[in-house]
Amino acid sequence: MTHVSVTVNGESREADVEPRTLLVYFLRETLGLTGTNVGCDTSTCGSCTVLLDGESVKSCTLLAAQADGRQVTTIEAMASNGDLHPLQEAFRRNHGLQCGYCTPGMIMAAKSLLDENPNPTEEQVREGLEGNLCRCTGYQNIVKSILDAAGSMSGASA
Amino acid sequence: MATAEKFVGRSVLRKEDPEFLTGRARYTDDLSVPGMLWMAVVRSPYAHARVKGVDLSRAMATEGVVAAYSASDFEWAGPLLMAWPVTDDIKNPPHYPLTATPRYAGDGVAVVVAQTRGAAEDGAENVLVDYEPLPTVTDVEAALADGAPIVHDDLDTNRSYTWANTIGDVDKVFAEAPVVIKERYRVQRQVPNAMEPRAIVVEPNMASGHYTMWSSTQIPHVLRTAMAIATGIPESKLRIVAPRVGGGFGSKLQVYPEEALALEVARKLRRPIKWTETRSENFVATHHGRDQVQEIELAADEDGKIRGYRTKILANMGAYLRIIAPGTPVLGAFLYCGAYEGEAYHIEITGVFTNTTPVDAYRGAGRPEATQAIERAVDALARRVGKDVVEIRRMNFMPPFTEATQSIGGLMIDSGNYPATLDAALELLDYDQLRKEQQARRDAGDRKQLGIGFSTYLENCGWGPSRVIGGVLKYAGGGWEASTVRCHPTGKVVVITGATPHGQGGETAYAQVAADELGIAVEDVEVLFGDTDIAPSGWDTYGSRGAAVGSPAISMAAKKVVAKARKIAAHELEVSEEDLEYADGTFSVKGAPDQSRTIPAIAFSAWTSHDLPEGVEPGLEESAFFDPQNLVFPFGAHICVAEVDTETGDAQVLKYVAVDDVGTVINPMLVEGQVVGGVIQGIAEALYEEAVYDDNAQLMTSTMTTYAIPAATEMPSVVTGNHVTPSTTNDLGIKGVGETGTIAAPPAVLNAVVDAVSHLGVTEIERPATPERVWRAIRDARGAQGGGA
Repeated sequence: MTHVSVTVNGESREADVEPRTLLVYFLRETLGLTGTNVGCDTSTCGSCTVLLDGESVKSCTLLAAQADGRQVTTIEAMASNGDLHPLQEAFRRNHGLQCGYCTPGMIMAAKSLLDENPNPTEEQVREGLEGNLCRCTGYQNIVKSILDAAGSMSGASA
Repeated sequence: MATAEKFVGRSVLRKEDPEFLTGRARYTDDLSVPGMLWMAVVRSPYAHARVKGVDLSRAMATEGVVAAYSASDFEWAGPLLMAWPVTDDIKNPPHYPLTATPRYAGDGVAVVVAQTRGAAEDGAENVLVDYEPLPTVTDVEAALADGAPIVHDDLDTNRSYTWANTIGDVDKVFAEAPVVIKERYRVQRQVPNAMEPRAIVVEPNMASGHYTMWSSTQIPHVLRTAMAIATGIPESKLRIVAPRVGGGFGSKLQVYPEEALALEVARKLRRPIKWTETRSENFVATHHGRDQVQEIELAADEDGKIRGYRTKILANMGAYLRIIAPGTPVLGAFLYCGAYEGEAYHIEITGVFTNTTPVDAYRGAGRPEATQAIERAVDALARRVGKDVVEIRRMNFMPPFTEATQSIGGLMIDSGNYPATLDAALELLDYDQLRKEQQARRDAGDRKQLGIGFSTYLENCGWGPSRVIGGVLKYAGGGWEASTVRCHPTGKVVVITGATPHGQGGETAYAQVAADELGIAVEDVEVLFGDTDIAPSGWDTYGSRGAAVGSPAISMAAKKVVAKARKIAAHELEVSEEDLEYADGTFSVKGAPDQSRTIPAIAFSAWTSHDLPEGVEPGLEESAFFDPQNLVFPFGAHICVAEVDTETGDAQVLKYVAVDDVGTVINPMLVEGQVVGGVIQGIAEALYEEAVYDDNAQLMTSTMTTYAIPAATEMPSVVTGNHVTPSTTNDLGIKGVGETGTIAAPPAVLNAVVDAVSHLGVTEIERPATPERVWRAIRDARGAQGGGA
């Protein structure tokens, strides 16, 4: 067993896990944070996207041990005190989700995208989402949601 | 009295969204039960083999492994349900969850049960199976040829059934027609790829003999019956729950081996069992879609007026007939004439076994295949007779009708106005200007050429009138839907539906329907579904039936509530029922509107039951079953503008407009979401997605990296328009919308791609129109014309 110590959503979490444990299963099964989903086994779909030290990563491509000593942020930390994050609000307002399975990964990828580029063009949003697959929406309303969120977030900070 | 604004027709934001957005939605793999063990399935790497021996000893010795079983360790009460024997003489070899004769790569031969997910996988890898490989066949035409390997060796053929239908004197029409065209199309196999892989948790209660199964399924009700058939556990002791389901697209309209296995293993071990599919498993173990070879002939006058239709379909069933597989092509069998007129119609469908993953319903199920055949054939006819593709459609459309009208394909259609949606779609772009630009690019010999493709589709959905589907169509199940509407004493309402939405937004749409009937707010309605103990009756969600069949049942139950409430209101207001007016949830005395009772107030009276009229039972809760008298018939016009790089063969969709008539719209936002999502899936079907088997029947496109699911960068924005011809099949005027996109889009895209290069002599490009195929088509056409370059 390997001992890992990770700060997840601001809380320090430790556990002994099998060395082969992927970060996504550490989050889902060891910590019970099931908001992060698993959609494939080839690091293609992006359903498992979380933030590692603030940058988006596919949590199925990392071992839990590789996150040792680092900061992980998951979908569960996006809303605060019951208030949805502007991205979450924008996804709802623009019907940016249907079955919801890709949604946590999309929102985390979008968070990372907007952190790096607060005012992206549609093309930049589409490029930023290239690693996240959605089978329901055809992406149109996801792109719309992120552009809308960018607008409301820059408006709020102005 | 003023009527409050109704909820139906408004883009109410989704009630269900917050839990998805915050990661609180519970999908099956999110669930754990104390004492739970993990199951893994050992799958045959051979597409056809005889298992000479299974050695479980090394698996059993693997750390964490609790049990391991091969096919001979199970005695099934019955096979996995196949519910649609389309002909009396259909060949339907029974399919059991494990086999000693695997017939496709991925067929299960053993299961391992262990303490953890990883240990179960380790154990499965340690099962030693001695296979004797057998010859395989994957292609339908090869499977019907003399000397082909036989998939089921107790049969002497790979032909499962032939279903045919003839209307009018087809031979005469074809013999006399001055123009006959014959087109041949291959509709490539698709892998549905719902984002959530399948997952199952079974919890037995050994004391009572009850079992609860959570499964990522579209069909908890059908599954309950099917599990009773397979295991012998009575339905009354089975509770099936479909929690949040991460997409289905037909792939979870199935009774899967793993469901029966998890249940049976839980019974054997008296322990809860969990199984979660990996994506790699999903590619081989979850059913595929489409896969047909089509020959369509049109008989026409010299001006392009179509007189007759003659179609022959070979439909790949895969290795076994799964739940509705034989009927899937039959769902499209009445649509090989599209929305067009004619005098004669013939169709023949042959279902064929091959050594491939079973094929069954995939978004549209039979109707995308039919639509792609007729819409592409009409373009071919236009090229043949020298007509514009818009003009040839207009001259062949059935004229607008509001009374039920028989189509030449054999449908009794309630209403239709096909020219209207074409007109509306043309208003969304400048067709004449596009044709001018196309000509300019052709004249200039531009590397990038422009194409415009149309798809003026008609479909049948809203499954379905029980009498019809069980009669002429020989479907074993029913087509009604059920609902209960319960008014709580505080004024809040619970709606229970037998439909099982899994991403479409049904919770919101159903709440809108109920809220309008009862004159309350959408926020005051909770919609419950997907748990057979909560919603005991229903036929679930597929085939665009959720809105068209599910909603009317809710409306009926709510109307029964209102009827009962009227009795109580009349009693309390001391007037006769006829003296009451009902609007927006309030009964008021005619001529004395200040004397009134609201539904919530009556719910409270019915709950306390202190003073109910004679013969009226306590409580304000009613149930209804809705069985439609007919299907519903959405239609529309989709136009695709595509650009083809004649050097590389790369085709890009520049613009896509879709005008759909889906009848009364409950929630425009949800309808647009369904249309756009479906169109993008349809564009991917036309240009990218294809399941490919090699000569040994191994699936070559078996991961998301080799099977081309589109990403956001590859896809255009879709412009939608709306046209409403209410359906007369249900009182709400609703048709279905879930499948229109995948039905309409592929031929619009393919017609656009062919149109872009038709001046080079290209008349057909095989699906999907990948750069290589487009490039080869251009090269071959240029070669055939004797040109170099």
